[in-house]
Parts: sequence; C-alpha cells; structure tokens
Amino acid sequence: MNLPVIIKFVIDLLAVLLLALGIKGLSKVKSARDANRLAAFAMSLSVVGLLSYYLGTSGIAIQSWIWIIIGSIIGSLFGAILAKKVPMTSMPETVALFNGCGGMSSLLVALGVAIFPISGGQENFDFFKSLINEVSISVSIFVGAITFTGSIVAMAKLQGWLSTPGWTQSKVRHFVNIVFAVASLIAFFDLINGNTSSIWLLVIFSSFLGIGVTLPIGGADMPVVISLLNSYSGIAAAAAGFVVDSQLLIVAGAMVGAAGLILTQVMCKGMNRSLVSVLFGGSLSAQSTVSSGSGEYTNITSCSVEECALTLEAANKVIIVPGYGLAVAQAQHTLREVTKKLEQNGIDVVYAIHPVAGRMPGHMNVLLAEADVPYEQLKEMDVVNPDFPATDVVLVLGANDVVNPQAKNDSSSPLYGMPVLDVQEARTVFVIKRGMSAGYSGIKNDLFDLPNTSMVFGDAKKVLNELIGELKDLGVGEK
Amino acid sequence: MSFVSLLWVLLLGSLLGLELIGKVPPTLHTPLMSGANAISGITMLAALTLIVKAEGNVPLLIIGSVSLGFALFNVVGGFFVTDRMLSMFSRKPSNKK
Repeated sequence: MNLPVIIKFVIDLLAVLLLALGIKGLSKVKSARDANRLAAFAMSLSVVGLLSYYLGTSGIAIQSWIWIIIGSIIGSLFGAILAKKVPMTSMPETVALFNGCGGMSSLLVALGVAIFPISGGQENFDFFKSLINEVSISVSIFVGAITFTGSIVAMAKLQGWLSTPGWTQSKVRHFVNIVFAVASLIAFFDLINGNTSSIWLLVIFSSFLGIGVTLPIGGADMPVVISLLNSYSGIAAAAAGFVVDSQLLIVAGAMVGAAGLILTQVMCKGMNRSLVSVLFGGSLSAQSTVSSGSGEYTNITSCSVEECALTLEAANKVIIVPGYGLAVAQAQHTLREVTKKLEQNGIDVVYAIHPVAGRMPGHMNVLLAEADVPYEQLKEMDVVNPDFPATDVVLVLGANDVVNPQAKNDSSSPLYGMPVLDVQEARTVFVIKRGMSAGYSGIKNDLFDLPNTSMVFGDAKKVLNELIGELKDLGVGEK
Repeated sequence: MSFVSLLWVLLLGSLLGLELIGKVPPTLHTPLMSGANAISGITMLAALTLIVKAEGNVPLLIIGSVSLGFALFNVVGGFFVTDRMLSMFSRKPSNKK
C-alpha cells in the first residue's frame, strides 16, 4: 500500500465514524444540531479524501476540474437557495425533492458507467466481476429511477400540482404497475445478460413504475412514502458504491437505507397502517366508506368563540391538540399568541403532540418551534394522556382521527387499535373545525357527539384571531 | 476490494443503520429524515469518480457533472434545511430569559 491509499483509507474510516455519530446525535434534541453539522463535515471530509487520493495517484486533469467546479457550484447554489427560502410548512415536499435528486444522481452515475465503461478495471476483468458490475449498474438505475420519479410525484401531490386520478383508485392500477414491474425486470435481466441497449428500457419502465406506484397514494400517506423513498435513495447510493467500488458509499448508503426503513416503520405504526396497505391499498377513505356510512351525528353542540374564551379564562390547565388543519391554515403563530395570553394569566398550557400530527412525524414540533413555542411545552402522547382527566379545557385544532375515541372503544372501527389522545377525559373539549367533514380516514368521530365536546366552526386562523379579541375584552393577559 | 468484502461492508452498514435509529423521539423524525436524506447524497463521490476517470470523454464528463450537481443539491440543501429546522429547537432557551 502506498501513501495515498493509506490516507484515503484513514479519511474514509473517519468519515464513516463521524457519519454514524451524526445519525446517532440527530436522535437527541440536545445534540441534534451539532450532529447535523458533524455529518456535513464528514461529507466534506470524504470529498477531500477522494480528491486527494486521485491527486496522489492518477492525478486530476484540468478538464475534470472544470466540470467538477461547474457541477458543484450549480448544485450547491440551488440547494442552498431552496433550503433558505422554502417555508417550514412545505418541508415534506422539500425533502421529497432533495431525495429525488439524490436518486437521479445515482441513476446518472450508473448510466454513465454503463454507456462509457470506466477504464482501468480491464486488467483483472473476469466473468464474475463483470456480472457484479452489470448487476450493480442495473440495481442503481432501477432504484434510482424509482426514487426520482416517485419523489417528484410525491412532491407534486403535496404541492397540489397533481391530484389523484380516478382510475388509480380502481384495480386497473395494479395491472398497470405489474406490467411496468415485469417490463423493468425483463430489461433488468436483459441488461445483466450483456444487452446494453436495454438500459434505456430499464430507465423508462422503472421511471413509470415509480410514477405508477406513487400516484394512487393519498396525501396523508405521503410522508410514509417519502420516508420509504428516502430509504430507497440510500439503497441507490449503496448500489452506486458497488458500481464505482467505494466502501464509503456502500456504508453510508446502507446506513441511510436501513435508517429510512426503520423510520418508515415507526410512521406506519403511528398511523395504524401497514406498509402494504399504504403502498397497495389506495387511499383509506375509498375502503372505509361502507363501514363509516352508519355514523350519523346525533348530539352536536356548537358554540361561539365568546363562550370558548370565557371557558378558557376560567381554566387552570389547558391542553392544545394541534393537527394537520392547523398547519394548512398556517395558524401556528396565531395559536402562539392565544397561548401567550393564557400563560400570562397563570394558566398552565401544554401542547399534546400525536406521533403523526402534521404532515410528517415531528413536523408539528418544527412548526410550533417556528412559532416560538418553548420545547418543554410540547408533550408526547404517552406523557400527556394521563393528564387529560385533570385538564379543564382541551382545544383541538385541525386534528381529527388522532382524537377519535372509536380507536379505543369500537373494535369494528377501521381505526381500532390506533394510538389516540384521550381528550374526552377532560372536562371540556373545544373542537375548532371548518365543518362536519370527516378526517382523512373518512370515519365519523365519536368525540364530536360527546356531551362535554363543543364545536367552534370556522377557519382555524380566523377563529384564533377572534379568540385573541375576546380574550383581550376579558382582560386576559394584560397585567 | 473483493466482492465478498464489499458485501460485508453492506451488511455491517445496514446493521449500523438499524442500530442507530433505535430510539428517536417523534420530535426529531422530520429533521432526522431530512438529515439522513442529505447523507444519501453521498453519491456525489461516485459522480466525482466518474468525472476524474472520464479522461477527456466529454459526454461522460457532462453526465458526471450533472450527476454531481444533483447530488450536491441534495447534500447542501439537505444539511441547510435540517439546520434550519433544528435551529428552531435550540434557540428556545435563550428566548426564555
């Protein structure tokens, strides 16, 4: 071993270690920010390691430097600008877009190597080695293409640029996707057999497969899909690692792939959905129309904002349950003003965060943090559930299925078994909602029928603004 | 590197990933996903390799460069956006005073 090889080995080892520490640190609130920077540092280190290795061995041509600089500047610039500009509410789409581009990168590397075989590896060329090469190129293209088109469709759907076409909710889509999958597989094996021209068929069919699989999935299931695609992009990176013979790529790709899979599992559990039903079941409302048809609301109490304000003023302990609707209405800042007033009056306010509140697990925490809600006031479901009986007022904002008592009481309900917040245990529950429409599951919410529940109808932001006015009139928070 | 040892690397890397994510509070799921996503942009190394080994093959240089651009878009954007999210958690203590 000569010096450049040793240096690269040491740097790679260090980079893997730092990346692992980075992922580990990202799982604790205190260390998360430093861990993220550590991971970023490890990535730059790995680039330095690679470049110094080539400088020390084969050298890097001027022409290569030019293309490296062009690619780096353009990519980094756009990435940095998007990351700075994008609003926090569109975080899921942003992650999807970044993820898709990672997949695209792996796809392009494999394409490049397939069309123009890299020189240098020819001396120890044997059948086994070329087979591995073909397989890893094919995997990289297959997974990379699915990641790219799938992520782009996910982003477009979350942005509202694409809706779910009707035919994708019928059985037809399974047929279409099976055709794409089989066609991709045929191209896959044809490519491994040495027929290079089928590479384009593989690109096309796996791209269509990515679209076909993602398109039918309902908006609320999208986070799970993004998490899964994130895992795929790790796999694509690992496959690209086999293509260019880089252990660092394989380790990092495998780590992301495995971590993404675990995260996907966690999300599914929180939504009481299995990965299979997310991927192949279509949107939940389509399946459950029959079972939920029986539910008619019989005992709805609606009340005015003024009543709500009066009850809040008299309370000692208030729990806020924020949901997807709050994020859509972008009312988290207004909510923060309301709770500030209550706190100034000595009322104990906490936020109950369901594991899948918002559009992604943890998304609600980010949104509330953006509105300056102290981190200590955010309580996880298991922590806050025992507190509900001792709570005077619960304010449900844009959450629905996660506060449905059916999940605990009614074993025939499709929601049965899903972990929910026991808001009905509190003395009074206010549900701020636009109308009586069902939640994303399309299932009747028994909470609304309970005697201690009152509905405040209206847009979350508007109601909260009125609430601020009412509280002001009552002299709350003006000491 | 022989294929078998690369497979070992793959296996150990996967196990490491499974182990690392074990207990994550839901608060951090989104930043974690976004951070892990940035790391998956490690394909930039493959793109770099492609460019360095292109030896004047212009189409290959262009493919490599575009691939590098996509990867860096993922990496730089991913880390910045994760930092932005996390900065919202960590600025809390100073605001309370």
